[in-house]
Amino acid sequence: MKKLSARRRHPLAAVVVLLLALAATGGLYAAFAPADKAQADVTAQSLAIKEGQKLYTVGCASCHGTGGQGTSDGPSLVGVGSAAVDFQVGTGRMPAQQPGAQVPEKPVVYSQAEIDQLAAYVASLGAGPITPTEKQYSPEGADIAKGGELFRNNCAQCHNFTGEGGALTEGKYAPSLEGVSPKHLYEAMQTGPQNMPSFPDTTMPEQEKRDIIAYVKTVNSEETPTPGGFALGGLGPVSEGLFGWIFGLGSLIAVAVWVAAHTAKAKKS
Amino acid sequence: MSTQTDTRKKAPAGERVADWADGRLGIYSLAKANMRKIFPDHWSFMLGEIALYSFIIIILTGVYLTLFFHPSMNEIEYHGSYVPMQGIRMTEAYASTLDISFDVRGGLLIRQIHHWAALIFLAAMFVHMMRVFFTGAFRKPREINWLFGFLLFVLGMFTGFTGYSLPDDLLSGTGVRFTQGAILSVPIVGTYISMFLFGGEFPGHDMVARFYSIHILLLPGIMLGLVVAHLILVFYHKHTQFAGPGRTNKNVVGMPLLPVYMAKAGGFFFLVFGVIALIAGMFTINPVWALGPYRPDHVSTGAQPDWYMGFAEGLVRVMPGWEINLWGHTLVLGVFIPLVLFGVVLAALAVYPFIESWITGDKREHHILDRPRNAPTRTALGVAWVTGYVIMLLGGGNDIFATHFHLSINAITWFVRITYFVGPVLAFIITKRICLGLQRRDKDKVLHGRESGIIKRLPHGEFVEVHEPLSQSDLYKLTAHEQYKPAEIGPTVDENGVRRKVKLTEKLRVKLNKGYFGGDHQIAKPTTEEYKEITSGHGHH
Repeated sequence: MKKLSARRRHPLAAVVVLLLALAATGGLYAAFAPADKAQADVTAQSLAIKEGQKLYTVGCASCHGTGGQGTSDGPSLVGVGSAAVDFQVGTGRMPAQQPGAQVPEKPVVYSQAEIDQLAAYVASLGAGPITPTEKQYSPEGADIAKGGELFRNNCAQCHNFTGEGGALTEGKYAPSLEGVSPKHLYEAMQTGPQNMPSFPDTTMPEQEKRDIIAYVKTVNSEETPTPGGFALGGLGPVSEGLFGWIFGLGSLIAVAVWVAAHTAKAKKS
Repeated sequence: MSTQTDTRKKAPAGERVADWADGRLGIYSLAKANMRKIFPDHWSFMLGEIALYSFIIIILTGVYLTLFFHPSMNEIEYHGSYVPMQGIRMTEAYASTLDISFDVRGGLLIRQIHHWAALIFLAAMFVHMMRVFFTGAFRKPREINWLFGFLLFVLGMFTGFTGYSLPDDLLSGTGVRFTQGAILSVPIVGTYISMFLFGGEFPGHDMVARFYSIHILLLPGIMLGLVVAHLILVFYHKHTQFAGPGRTNKNVVGMPLLPVYMAKAGGFFFLVFGVIALIAGMFTINPVWALGPYRPDHVSTGAQPDWYMGFAEGLVRVMPGWEINLWGHTLVLGVFIPLVLFGVVLAALAVYPFIESWITGDKREHHILDRPRNAPTRTALGVAWVTGYVIMLLGGGNDIFATHFHLSINAITWFVRITYFVGPVLAFIITKRICLGLQRRDKDKVLHGRESGIIKRLPHGEFVEVHEPLSQSDLYKLTAHEQYKPAEIGPTVDENGVRRKVKLTEKLRVKLNKGYFGGDHQIAKPTTEEYKEITSGHGHH
């Protein structure tokens, strides 16, 4: 004991303590971590995983690594869950076209069946959020007003009052929510794609997600009524100001020119 | 005697009413003096009219809105007809604005007319002010009227701000919070002013009621008085006019108020009302129902003020977040410097007429307008100011421009930071060159006539374009302007050989004056001799 105490100021003492601590944490984790639940090996499921792996190898592996472990070009997919795949591939964001500040929405490349297979494969790499069922995301019967309050509390900071989208730093952005399907809205909240924080059920219960989806559908979709006339993009004072200057004052000046040009003139004889 | 009175024919009813009124108000002499007052005709003289008429429209629609708006911050639960707000707690102010929009007959249209007219009112004042600036109409005797106009613009800005803050929605509430932050950044007194203004901690319970009094009573009252004074001075000074044959500094060439301008101005009022009503009927402005009630813990992206406050927003957005901590106190330069600049940018407008007359030493009356090209330095200064202003507007909308042009918001912010200093200088230089180029072209037109587009081939094969000489009146217009000589410092020694002390301010003035008029800052007008020489027949191109 004396020996140990004498060396406690040794330059390497901290390293040794750190190593011991790491070993202890790792050992404890290995001992107590819940073992992965054995997946019920339904034939259809394993077939989907197999097909998904093939698609994955062709379309995704170059960036995300052959086993989904991630490379310098793309993050690891272990534990992202099928919901993340369904969102990223289902909105056309993945496969990505090029690296950049943010991967934009594009036309979807895969069919829904292929997306499901990819999702099944990625989900098999590690447990994560599962693709929601229609019952979970359907805005049917949800509380729109409460959804609005939740939206202003959690979403408007980046997505604007009614989800028109907004700018983030360095070319990143919160996209417009217009025309995004309820399923994808739900998955985005669940998984937090790209720069978005995730809102798992522990912080935002399913019911609240449905309220938010109902609100977004009400205020920002094709059926949204605009009682005031054309909405000018719903962007607020910037587009209103531009419109007021160009079309408001512009047409009034045109009228002024017209009035000034039509004046009482002494008749030329 | 009495029989005589009885037999006299009675005057027609109209005349009797007029007689009655004249006996009490003296309208005949007023009318005699003013009905036939002459005004010159030019479309740019009607910009102020657009402002005046939209102001009237704002007052009319505003009165209607006051009938239904509740300026109260009492919290209630909404149970009106807009579904996405059902059961949400909000202030009475916000709820009554929703009611005006959805449940009051014609409420939404009137609200939109009111708001669109406000944007157009400020824009029209801005353009009117630019017209007055670039034509030099602010010179003696109109400096005070320039100040009245300037005050109207600034008060208009604050009336607009207090107005769009009334509904107590999330967007305007964010704007009020922004303003409160700017007030707090003022050293020493900031906190006190904020507490005084909001009746305690922000947002408090007094803001809407106080803004309401300011918005519907205090500011419009002052503005109404200023508008009247502005118009009285326009009558008193007589309207300026562009140079032309028969137009001098002592007359006004144009048409009489009655009937010509009564008809034109009256008609123009309805045209302005019509255009604004049309826009308000077709295009949404400030859809408060979509924004939600204000709560200090909520905020949305894309929160901008109306355009006339946009440059202030820009100043704060692009300013680096500097601050100084001293003895436990924080000086927030990142907000305070923009606040000071906000005042400086506006004050530059107010004082310009006085600075210019000091530099030029010109104390004469001017009723003939300058063409902007003939005052290159003034025009260039004006364009530089507008450039800085517009760049800051861009800075105020940096997030919208970032998302819609797929740019990085940081890049836009840096672009604005740099161009705010470089842009006005470039604009100054470029504008001045353009003005001088236009002056050269004027000179060329006077001496060589207008290019007719007809190409003639001479016997020896040369091609020449036929130039048509200008009419006498066009010649006059192009040569009527005065050209100033740069000032010199007077003799430093008086007739007795005693040295005179040249004051520093005089040296500065002469230096600025040289910058204004000296060197290649103007193109000499063609002289009579030059003109005669060329047009005498043996001239050649």
